[in-house]
Amino acid sequence: MKRLLSFGILATTVAALASPSLAQTVFLSTQLRPIEEATVVREEILKGLDAPVDYIVEEPPQFAVRMEAERQAGKHTISLVGALHGELSPIADKDALEPLDTLAAKLAEAGMPQSFLDLGKLGKSSQQYIPWLQATYVMAAHKDALKYLPEGADVKALTYDQLIAWGKAMQEATGQPQIGFPAGPKGLMARYFEGYFYPSFTGGVVRTFRNADAVAGWETFKELWSVVTPNSTNYDFMQEPLAAGEVMVAWDHVARLKNAISAAPDDYVVFPAPAGSKGRGYMPVIAGLAIPKGAPDVAGATAVIEHLTKPDTQLLTATHVGFFPTLNIDLPTDLDPGVALLAGAVKATQSAEDAVISLLPVGLGDKGGEFNKVYMDSFQRIVLQNEPIADVLKSQGDVLAKLMADTGAACWAPDAASDGACPVE
Amino acid sequence: MTNDRPWLPYALILPSVAFLALLFVVPLVQTVWLALSENGAPSLANIRTMAGDINFARSVQNTFLLALAVIPVQIAIALAMGTLVSKIGAGRETILWIWTIPLGISDLAAGMVWLAILQNTGYLNSLLFGLGLIERQTAWLTYQTPVALFIGIAIAEIWRGTAIVMVIIVAGLNQVPKEFREAAEVFGAGPWTRFWRITLPLIRPALQSALILRTVLAFEVFAVVYALGGRNFPVLVGEAYAWQNQNQNYGVAAAYAVLIMVISLAATLVYLKIVKVDPERLP
Repeated sequence: MKRLLSFGILATTVAALASPSLAQTVFLSTQLRPIEEATVVREEILKGLDAPVDYIVEEPPQFAVRMEAERQAGKHTISLVGALHGELSPIADKDALEPLDTLAAKLAEAGMPQSFLDLGKLGKSSQQYIPWLQATYVMAAHKDALKYLPEGADVKALTYDQLIAWGKAMQEATGQPQIGFPAGPKGLMARYFEGYFYPSFTGGVVRTFRNADAVAGWETFKELWSVVTPNSTNYDFMQEPLAAGEVMVAWDHVARLKNAISAAPDDYVVFPAPAGSKGRGYMPVIAGLAIPKGAPDVAGATAVIEHLTKPDTQLLTATHVGFFPTLNIDLPTDLDPGVALLAGAVKATQSAEDAVISLLPVGLGDKGGEFNKVYMDSFQRIVLQNEPIADVLKSQGDVLAKLMADTGAACWAPDAASDGACPVE
Repeated sequence: MTNDRPWLPYALILPSVAFLALLFVVPLVQTVWLALSENGAPSLANIRTMAGDINFARSVQNTFLLALAVIPVQIAIALAMGTLVSKIGAGRETILWIWTIPLGISDLAAGMVWLAILQNTGYLNSLLFGLGLIERQTAWLTYQTPVALFIGIAIAEIWRGTAIVMVIIVAGLNQVPKEFREAAEVFGAGPWTRFWRITLPLIRPALQSALILRTVLAFEVFAVVYALGGRNFPVLVGEAYAWQNQNQNYGVAAAYAVLIMVISLAATLVYLKIVKVDPERLP
């Protein structure tokens, strides 16, 4: 009897564990993780589909480990993944994503910009992922800070010199530095250097890593840092210090500013990052949808991608989360006021006359983390440890050159195209 | 009975040995291989990358400094607490219970508790401001205030980790026969002499266990440091975490893990040699 009972329990457990994964398409995402956003995805965005979808979320490091474990074990449970360009790159590098060229062709016809679709190739000949959401980085300021703006400065078209003067004025008036950057362990500071600082001051990212413009740029950045709060190296999401009143001006990813702005849209202005001597650098953020090779439900996953890239679904997504459509469509007018502020700044960034677009790194494979580390180590040594700029750039440039040679990654915009690995000049 | 079946003891411990081998030795061997190989061939590349990293020397230094600052203080406080509590009759259990509360809190939660106290908008600044000692928020946990940051982390670690040392030492003190102390008292030994000559030598096994446990834990310090200092105060486990998660280079992360293991094993050996225990008193 006892034995029978335990067999019974075992059988039901196995059945309970096994059946949902058979019936549902498992969709694993590193984006839209907070419980409010995940609930919107489950209850609204993924509604309208015939087959049920199991939407699960994972932090990026665990996502990488899980995908690699499933690939090595050859036992796939996940049919669809949603992740950032840089998170999908290592998986594509191991040839573990289904080519999605038919879908891409359909979407190109439906009006998805070819530049986005090209990013989804990750430097390969076939489509690796379908662009799902886009975002970028902007600056936000509390309205109280505006009265310290230097004379003649337009907050929508700041230069670095004006930002520094503004920071000094705020520090003099309040006794504390009021500008903040997300340079904490989980902050996105590396993207600031790759997409904003380097393109603005040198017009490149890799080629120009240690040239004279870069040295001059770092000088300016050190001056800026003198009016940046030293707590910045503890900040991960700038919405927190901004809402807590620890800083008045901050740079971050739109999704990481959204909570503060949406909670009090009347208190903030949102505007593009400043311009340096070579223009106003900015970097788009793309999250993509991809199907792992060996996925148990390719048809279901394809249906979900088609659903998520419909104009209606894209607009629905934009109204609820701090990301924007990858399709070329206008946002509705009844947006959440906070999201509308962010959308305005994104638009202003993209259409700025002096904009220098910095594309996402392509071809780095699983070295994306170490690529970021080159910039963060330079920052740590030059700014935090006060080492001579030229020496640091020389030795970090050697690390960067080796990294590029090891991966063979060709240059991406704004660097001039290269034959073979992108050189550090 | 065991003579009939000499294999029985082995059979009985087999499950635990197999369990450990499966979940500890196999990953250990894999980690060592991961650290000492590159693309499937033996190589020291990961070790070189680790040793050449800008935060390597700092993380080794910080980890050792923290261990050196925290462990002696914890042992001293635990000895004092244990001796004090042994003199108490009624209410002893309640006091011990209160003292061991930090044991029930996870590392990260302990770090968050101290972050709430020490951050810019924290309780410490509120208190100092209330007393009129500071005019505005003072930062304690930034890269510009390394001494305050170190002290903050050390205090948090001491608060969190002393209870485990105390539990072991109280257990050791309970085993010291009262007669020894009474005899010493009869011969005119003062409290200090009794402590140094009678109590301390007799609790050596407990002290040894406490030191080993605490030191190994000190080299594994991570969550409290991560919560309070982030990247401002690199430690070995924090670097392993960063290489695994941010840089996604599992080889270098494994090299750090192996280094931490080697340091912990070396420290254990040193304690086994220095704090000699009478073999007769071993379990």
